[in-house]
Amino acid sequence: MFDNLSEKLQRVFKNLRGEGRLTAENMEAALREIRVALLEADVNFRVVKQLIENIKQKAMGEEVLTALSPSQQVVKIVNEELIKILGSHESRLRFANDPPTVMLIVGLQGSGKTTTTAKLARWLSRNGHRPEMVSVDVYRPAAREQLRVLARDLNLPVYPGAAEETTPADLARSARKDAATSGRDVLLVDTAGRLHIDDQLMTELQELKEQLSPVEILFVADAMTGQDAVKSAEEFHRRLGITGVVLTKMDGDARGGAALSIRHVTGQPLKFVGVGEKPDALEPFHPDRVASRILGMGDVLSFIEKAEELIDKKKAVEMQRKLIENEFTLEDFRDQIRQLKKLGPLESVLSMMPKVGMLKDLKNVKVDEKEIVHVVAIIDSMTPQERANHMIINGARRRRIAKGSGTSVQEVNQLLKQYAQARKMMKSFSGGFLGKKLGKMKLPMSFEM
Amino acid sequence: MIQTLFGTVEQEPTLLDRLKSGVQKTRAGLVGRLEDMLQGRKEIDADLLDELEYTLISADIGVRTTQEILERIRERVDRSLVGNAAELENLIREHLLEILQASEHAPARVTQPPAVMVVGVNGSGKTTTIGKLAHRYLHEQRKVLLCAADTFRAAAIEQLEVWAQRTGTEMIRQKPGADPAAVLFDALQAARARQADYVIVDTAGRLQSKANLMAELEKMRRTAARVIPDAPHEVLLVLDATTGQNGLEQARKFTETSGVTGIVLTKLDGTAKGGIVVAIARELNIPIRYVGVGEKIDDLLPFDPEKFIESLFSK
Ligand SMILES: Nc1nc2c(ncn2[C@@H]2O[C@H](COP(=O)(O)OP(=O)(O)OP(=O)(O)O)[C@@H](O)[C@H]2O)c(=O)[nH]1
Ligand SMILES: Nc1nc2c(ncn2[C@@H]2O[C@H](COP(=O)(O)OP(=O)(O)O)[C@@H](O)[C@H]2O)c(=O)[nH]1
Ligand SMILES: [Mg+2]
Ligand SMILES: [Mg+2]
Repeated sequence: MFDNLSEKLQRVFKNLRGEGRLTAENMEAALREIRVALLEADVNFRVVKQLIENIKQKAMGEEVLTALSPSQQVVKIVNEELIKILGSHESRLRFANDPPTVMLIVGLQGSGKTTTTAKLARWLSRNGHRPEMVSVDVYRPAAREQLRVLARDLNLPVYPGAAEETTPADLARSARKDAATSGRDVLLVDTAGRLHIDDQLMTELQELKEQLSPVEILFVADAMTGQDAVKSAEEFHRRLGITGVVLTKMDGDARGGAALSIRHVTGQPLKFVGVGEKPDALEPFHPDRVASRILGMGDVLSFIEKAEELIDKKKAVEMQRKLIENEFTLEDFRDQIRQLKKLGPLESVLSMMPKVGMLKDLKNVKVDEKEIVHVVAIIDSMTPQERANHMIINGARRRRIAKGSGTSVQEVNQLLKQYAQARKMMKSFSGGFLGKKLGKMKLPMSFEM
Repeated sequence: MIQTLFGTVEQEPTLLDRLKSGVQKTRAGLVGRLEDMLQGRKEIDADLLDELEYTLISADIGVRTTQEILERIRERVDRSLVGNAAELENLIREHLLEILQASEHAPARVTQPPAVMVVGVNGSGKTTTIGKLAHRYLHEQRKVLLCAADTFRAAAIEQLEVWAQRTGTEMIRQKPGADPAAVLFDALQAARARQADYVIVDTAGRLQSKANLMAELEKMRRTAARVIPDAPHEVLLVLDATTGQNGLEQARKFTETSGVTGIVLTKLDGTAKGGIVVAIARELNIPIRYVGVGEKIDDLLPFDPEKFIESLFSK
């Protein structure tokens, strides 16, 4: 959908190499592209304006380094500016000296509060806490039931509420008592979604805050939010003094520019991102990843982290070496497919990769899981020599392999073609599609698999 | 006023009335703001165009659509066809109206009982919209059957059930985790047997980038067609007005896989303008059928492009 910013900038700066310095003139077209990219990523108009100003200030007069192309240099500056706004450290939750710590989960309708409440409870309990949950959403049909089901599946306590407790204040009061007597150290309060301009319901939240003295008031926002993000976040902050932000639905393909807008108007840190509907789909917020995503560079780092957890590090290094030295065999190919599969459905793995260079075409690839089973079967049917050197696989061998794997010669041909492509693609990964020189800049470049 | 698929209910309070009575908004027409800005200057200059750009982009119309609109205006201004702010506003309104009206289609002819499938990303307002739609159809003396095909999200079935009770409609359900296509199959058969006029199908929210979940919608479509030819007759994409540029991709992907026939734009009672539907109408030619203006049962209104455009320009 979007052209990658770094590609656009490359075009803009095509003729600039060797020109010496970034100037007002040669920056103008680039700044225009940056502005469009940020607006397309849903960064608020006003925030974009200020960002562009900062970028201009910083870039102007900078020497065009020989190691970097001008476009790389500008991308670097933009990236740094974004990270600066997003906050340079991932933040943590705070806890009260006197438990139970109360955390209030607030936000607009449908932003993901209830799901996030369950995710946080799971996360806390995995980090040595004893959380309890309560839903004070007495408005939306089956809202409390939703949290009850989630809690039951997680095997974590939720305060059920008594028949006579009909108001958020009643429920919250009893829940806190319940948490205290049962030795729970954190109480997560899931609230009903509301509009920031709904005075009555915003007052209700203020009263809850008064009553509970929460240590954290987390504003849950949808990553798909557009320009309006500043208005809602600002008003929630003005009324409540939020202490942090959780950005949900980051598993989609929204660029998430709202993160910048919200951070900009509230000054409060982004603490977590939601990356799926299941309770385990919660990750700490990483400013550099979100920055590169806003710029359309893909959330590769997230992917790498996930990959590293699952994939044998030593093997990865070995693989990297093989790629570079062009020793990547069909056997390695099979291993790769198996390991990739461990990361989850291949489509979601692919969706996390940056949409640049050769990978751009991968965007619309539909992965047929059945086909993968076939691929593995085909490679299994090869002799070790064939796996080590695909060049020897002639027509007769292809027919034998097809027969052995219960597939067709066409499928074998196709696989060999894919393998050749993969070799090329992997090479472009390890070679770094933005060039290897970007060093400090945490851009997705060489990644090991 | 746009023709809705199922005809309009008489004496509709306008969107603006509703917005006024519901949530108090300060309203100042663009003309007013422009007049303020101009302060004696009557010429159209760069500042004015900047202000216009701000208004359009802030409404989530998107840079590209905005630039296209401004380009057109610039041409006219250059040829001295537009002299003052008021004319300028009219020009933009006309252009937006053109875009929105071009995407209005005549309602599809349907075999009975029409199945309406409601799709969209997570949390956009599908289930609530179904409650409101059921209410609307019942108002027209129609027999409605609800189908609880969101078998995935916690308590989604219970949520729809509350709406079934509120509206006094019957609901077909299975257990959580059941195959949504199977629930749909049951519902369509039941609809035929019970001679329902409408079946409204709730589906689980899904992000359009998830191919497996989108394939599930395709499967549901095929299942529907096996029971009632041409079903689903209407596929409504529910879009949250706070959505930014991703809305375009939502419309594109949901249309590809589930054949969206119309859009419901929800949560217009907030401060978000929902301008992405302009880009959607322009690029994908999908009509907007209804707007959601609250959480109550009658907070669903037929889409009115003129009122909508007016609201884009209000503060
Ligand atoms: N203010 C306002 N809130 C709305 C509107 N439509 C829906 N909502 C609220 O938005 C939230 C999500 O609505 P649901 O109907 O559950 O959305 P959904 O698309 O079915 O959600 P999932 O099934 O979880 O994907 C609820 O709190 C609704 O009450 C609207 O027009 N205005
Ligand atoms: N894909 C995805 N869906 C999410 C995420 N967080 C919440 N959801 C879904 O968004 C919808 C609304 O979430 P819910 O927690 O009910 O929102 P609430 O109304 O704010 O409490 C549900 O369908 C959730 O499953 C996320 O990070 N990714
Ligand atoms: Mg909720
Ligand atoms: Mg629903």
